[in-house]
Amino acid sequence: MTLTLRQPSMLTGMDIPSATQPTPEPAIHVRGLEKSYKDLRVLRGVDLDVARGSIVALLGSNGAGKTTMVRILATLLRADAGTARVNSLDVATRAADVRASISLTGQFAAVDEILTGRENLVLIARLRHLKDPGGIADDLLARFSLTEAGGRRVGTYSGGMRRRLDIAMSLIGNPPVVFLDEPTTGLDPQARLEVWQAVRELAAGGTTVLLTTQYLDEAEQLADRIAILHEGRIVVDGTLGELRRLLPPATVEYVEKQPTLEDVFLTLVGAGTEQGQR
Amino acid sequence: MNRHFLGDTAALLGRSLRHIGRSPDTIVTTAIMPIAFMLLFVYVFGGAIETGADSYVNYLLPGILLITIASGISYTAYRLFLDIQGGIFERFQSMPIARSAVLWAHVLTSLVANLVSLVVVVGVALLIGFRTGMNVLGWLAVAGILVLFTLALTWLAVIPGLTATSVDGASAFSYPLILLPFVSSAFVPTGSMPGPVRAFAEHQPVTAIVDAIRHLFTRQPVGADLWVALAWCAGILVVAYLLAAVAYRRRIS
Repeated sequence: MTLTLRQPSMLTGMDIPSATQPTPEPAIHVRGLEKSYKDLRVLRGVDLDVARGSIVALLGSNGAGKTTMVRILATLLRADAGTARVNSLDVATRAADVRASISLTGQFAAVDEILTGRENLVLIARLRHLKDPGGIADDLLARFSLTEAGGRRVGTYSGGMRRRLDIAMSLIGNPPVVFLDEPTTGLDPQARLEVWQAVRELAAGGTTVLLTTQYLDEAEQLADRIAILHEGRIVVDGTLGELRRLLPPATVEYVEKQPTLEDVFLTLVGAGTEQGQR
Repeated sequence: MNRHFLGDTAALLGRSLRHIGRSPDTIVTTAIMPIAFMLLFVYVFGGAIETGADSYVNYLLPGILLITIASGISYTAYRLFLDIQGGIFERFQSMPIARSAVLWAHVLTSLVANLVSLVVVVGVALLIGFRTGMNVLGWLAVAGILVLFTLALTWLAVIPGLTATSVDGASAFSYPLILLPFVSSAFVPTGSMPGPVRAFAEHQPVTAIVDAIRHLFTRQPVGADLWVALAWCAGILVVAYLLAAVAYRRRIS
């Protein structure tokens, strides 16, 4: 086992995977993964490695099998064939241990709307059997700019705040591997930037992140490596630079640089975080 | 059983009890229909019903209590369904917790909510003239039967909660359960019913449970009714629990 011990406090999460490991096994190791729903072959032999502490974006169109893949890695679904190891633990035979070293943020913010933001965090901390759930909750509220909103019911939160809370809940207990399934789908541009910032901070703290997305710019912005899932297989896996080199070299064109609509929108409405005043 | 089972169940129970505390309407709506039935039968139909009992509300209350439970447990299916649909069920399943704690928390929540509803209904019954000479032991026996009945029906409610594809589907299953007391000894003596209906009424669980509670209320010897009632409750509980376990395993695999 190559479990890396992590600090319980979220604010001191800047730990580095143990350097004594000569060639550490990747945080996620997938070989020949297959999964069908009746006649529909969703995964047809997926191979993927995700290095510890890196962000890998799993890119694919709707229905490409991204969610199926994440659900298998998160022990929510059994594969038909192939092997998958997360944190050096086989997802099929050591599911309970895998669950202790991962967290999953699903496609839709899985938060409790009737509880307050703080109560949501305390609940998860208690379910992870941590000491001082209240302290952990307060640390995370501060880290995700939710301190003021922490006492309000989540039902009153904006989409971005809800997503931030969702991700904050995923970080409780500092799981070494985090799955984010389409973390910014349905969010407005500011909220997207907030989520991106949260993901960057996560990786800076040494956490391995596998995120799925259908937004190409999201993969460009966040990922160390990008894997494209198409027709049940990973068709390309590499850095953005490597992917670019697959196409003929860039030709030089002179183009007047116009601000994008996103630039205009963010300038007009301000790109700051909401700080919970909605 | 996982060593965290009790702690995890307690944490999740606290969560759903907060839900109820923040929407007490679920308890009010659970209690309103049985109370309406009670008023309707006592003040409208009751005069025309010959039960042989000294007061109709005394005769009626056991059946009303069962209707209260039957309508209350549909919220378990509803809450479980919402958990699954909202994704928080999946979040819990992907965490290192005792997995069955998720279901037990909902079941215990149902028990607490139904007991509160039952107290409200009994309170209204006392206001409109329900009287019993029962001692503490009698009350404990009635409470025991009602707790067992609630557990049995709640595990039954877990099944549609896990398998339903819509909110309506998750709670519609309770309608037949609410109607079952009408074809029993709950409102009228079964002796007044035509043959086949009477045969059904006398051999379905509600009649045995109603008769057992009624005998306890009126301080008559309970006799075989009690054992038949307990056997029904335990039987439903075991079958529903096993079916719910199957539905649960399907849901999480």
